[in-house]
Amino acid sequence: MTRQMTGAQMVVQALKDQGVDTIFGYPGGAVLPIYDEIFQQSDIRHILVRHEQGAAHAAEGYARSTGKPGVVLVTSGPGATNAVTGITDALMDSIPIIVLTGQVPTFMIGTDGFQEADTVGITRPCTKHNWLVKDTEKLAETIHQAFHVATTGRPGPVLIDIPKDVQFATGTYIPPKKARTDHYAPRIKGDTQMITALAEALEQAERPIFYTGGGVINSGAHACQLLRELVDATGFPITSTLMGLGAYPASGKGWLGMLGMHGTYEANMAMHDCDLMIAIGARFDDRITGRIDDFAPGSKKAHIDIDASSINKVVHADIPILGDVGHVLEDLLKIWKSRGRKTKSAAVRKWWQQIEEWKAIDCLAYRNSDKIIKPQYAVQRLEALTSGMDRYITTEVGQHQMWAAQFMGFEEPHRLMTSGGLGTMGYGFPASIGVQIAHPKALVINVAGDASFLMNMQEMGTAVQFNLPVKQFILNNERLGMVRQWQQLLHGERYSHSWSESLPDFVKLAEAFGARGIRCQDPADLDDAIREMIAHDGPVIFDCVVEKHENCFPMIPSGKPHNEMLLGDASTEGAIQSDGAVLV
Amino acid sequence: MCALKIKKGSSSHSAYQLRNPMGDAIETHTLAVIVDNEPGVLARVIGLFSGRGYNIESLTVAEVDHLGHQSRITIVTTGTPQVIEQIKAQLNRMVPVHEVHDLTVEGPSVERELALIKVASTGDKRVEALRLADIFRASVMDTTLESFVFEITGTPEKIDAFVDLMRPLGLVELARTGVAAMLRGKRAEASAQL
Ligand SMILES: Cc1ncc(C[n+]2csc(CCOP(=O)(O)OP(=O)(O)O)c2C)c(N)n1
Repeated sequence: MTRQMTGAQMVVQALKDQGVDTIFGYPGGAVLPIYDEIFQQSDIRHILVRHEQGAAHAAEGYARSTGKPGVVLVTSGPGATNAVTGITDALMDSIPIIVLTGQVPTFMIGTDGFQEADTVGITRPCTKHNWLVKDTEKLAETIHQAFHVATTGRPGPVLIDIPKDVQFATGTYIPPKKARTDHYAPRIKGDTQMITALAEALEQAERPIFYTGGGVINSGAHACQLLRELVDATGFPITSTLMGLGAYPASGKGWLGMLGMHGTYEANMAMHDCDLMIAIGARFDDRITGRIDDFAPGSKKAHIDIDASSINKVVHADIPILGDVGHVLEDLLKIWKSRGRKTKSAAVRKWWQQIEEWKAIDCLAYRNSDKIIKPQYAVQRLEALTSGMDRYITTEVGQHQMWAAQFMGFEEPHRLMTSGGLGTMGYGFPASIGVQIAHPKALVINVAGDASFLMNMQEMGTAVQFNLPVKQFILNNERLGMVRQWQQLLHGERYSHSWSESLPDFVKLAEAFGARGIRCQDPADLDDAIREMIAHDGPVIFDCVVEKHENCFPMIPSGKPHNEMLLGDASTEGAIQSDGAVLV
Repeated sequence: MCALKIKKGSSSHSAYQLRNPMGDAIETHTLAVIVDNEPGVLARVIGLFSGRGYNIESLTVAEVDHLGHQSRITIVTTGTPQVIEQIKAQLNRMVPVHEVHDLTVEGPSVERELALIKVASTGDKRVEALRLADIFRASVMDTTLESFVFEITGTPEKIDAFVDLMRPLGLVELARTGVAAMLRGKRAEASAQL
């Protein structure tokens, strides 16, 4: 069915036809025609954020917790530039979001008009693709293409810049089915020969390990199911990146915990000593590999990824498999089973004995206190009191993020939303809003640091206006904790600008927005305070006053290999050489 | 999308490398990239090279398929085998990119560049410039009593050699197109409708 309508009507119609139920946005002159159309319908809910960065992160939270794309609508100029951090964040973590930006009318483009910015130019390197639509006739098709590109292959953010005159002009609407999207079609099926080579490698391996990432979750529920089946059928150990947590359950038999800079001792040691590494939907980030020269030196590496540019980018893959994780795992299981489900079980049993020895080190141990709340203890209690619930966790960026990853168990995919690739402070609060919108009944908690929370705290307005009962669980150390830790370990304890001199009273801050504030500073009160937070039906800021100088361990210092981790009680003096200090 | 071609012996590459990655030999490759001729596509390709720190030795672009709105970008680039593979993979995943061909791997190929060269001189130098132009099969596009504009077509090396010879003879201006390249033989690497 093709129909004549204005560009603004097309935007709303196209979103409806794409199954969109919610958009996150902020109005302004260049998107007023679209806002006028939004006003006149009720199928799509518009969530008014308080800053465009918040809109982008909220859309990310919505997308990451549902597997559906998130949608953002912002105005030209400052509206678009404010969204750039969120768009870049989505690119780094492969989150599908569609950003619609208003633009000055076509006849004014290039004249430095009011609120004109070269939005497609600015966002070209931080989107998967972007479009400036200069003709209303092309608008509907472009929006449909944008959804296709954002959600196909390796997902990511896309942006459509729509000049105001294009929104007013009339054109022909075409529905999703009639839009040409055939050209962009990344390869889904893996190469059978390579998959067979991997099946053989599974049979031969004596010290295997699965190393999985966010790509498994992006591939879908079926992929996560297949991963679980494969891990349990082989009996091999599995570790995951921050982005991949939940694809395999934390309670699963093969689980070693997260790997990487603040990963567990057993996961990192197993990575270092393995003879077969099966990387699935992970991209060998420097937070994962440590020193590349000494990364799993004696191992054969298989790498399954849908993005050819991820394979062999950082680490050479002996068995590269280009394809969608779900499809490849399905074929792999089929082939491995048809060859008789063989593994070197005696050797793998010995490998597990070694791993158990590493586990016995108890790398997450910390010295607790009955006087002051240790941040690890706070996260442990939060975990204990919420783990059985229908719960979604978001985090900000810093020590608290790593403690959440270490001490919370994720049984299902889509349950942890965190800024992994870009490490964006200010991500977690708006993301929790997006998650709560998508899951109105669920318990949504943002594990935050005091500094990160301040970066987007204006979104309290959004939470209160839409009555979103998001819980902001702030581990308040009055420090930029992670920065302070690095300065302690790498910069001679010169604490340059890493503490907050004038933090707000978070309880009063909550109350000023019409929300609930809870403060807790005594370990003895913690459980009751957390219960009170959960029980309150509305947004809460929980000011958890914690030890100010706690460090996050284990830690692989920059420039060190996996087997040279720092553990909590280990002396940290001279642990990091000066060449490590140049790394971030 | 292209299948992966992994070169033996390619090693690691990372922005955070502390050691010198020079252990790997630097290679020069000529890539033919077929793209949708849409606004911004060249900026996208160039942005990829500058953003990720890849080299561009030469780049040419023009529409080759008017009906299908496709352009052909010819890029001469340098890097270790692993970087060259990365460049191709990164190009390949861009939405408006249809095909990426490494003519250096798929070759043999022919490469040609065109240059316009202005030489201003009189007397013996002027005569010598004209004589050398004849040897190089450069043709005279424009002449005054004190100058020539030569047009020369050839490999970049041939043009380099000619330019070097013109320098002492009064070279005042140089314009080069960059390289256009194509596989030898009847096989067509790019499937654009012509
Ligand atoms: C937008 C942004 N700016 C700066 C940084 C660098 N940075 C990383 S962690 C950190 C400190 C975070 O402090 P806080 O949120 O209080 O968490 P903590 O580490 O204390 O748990 C900073 C400044 C960043 N990741 N993001």
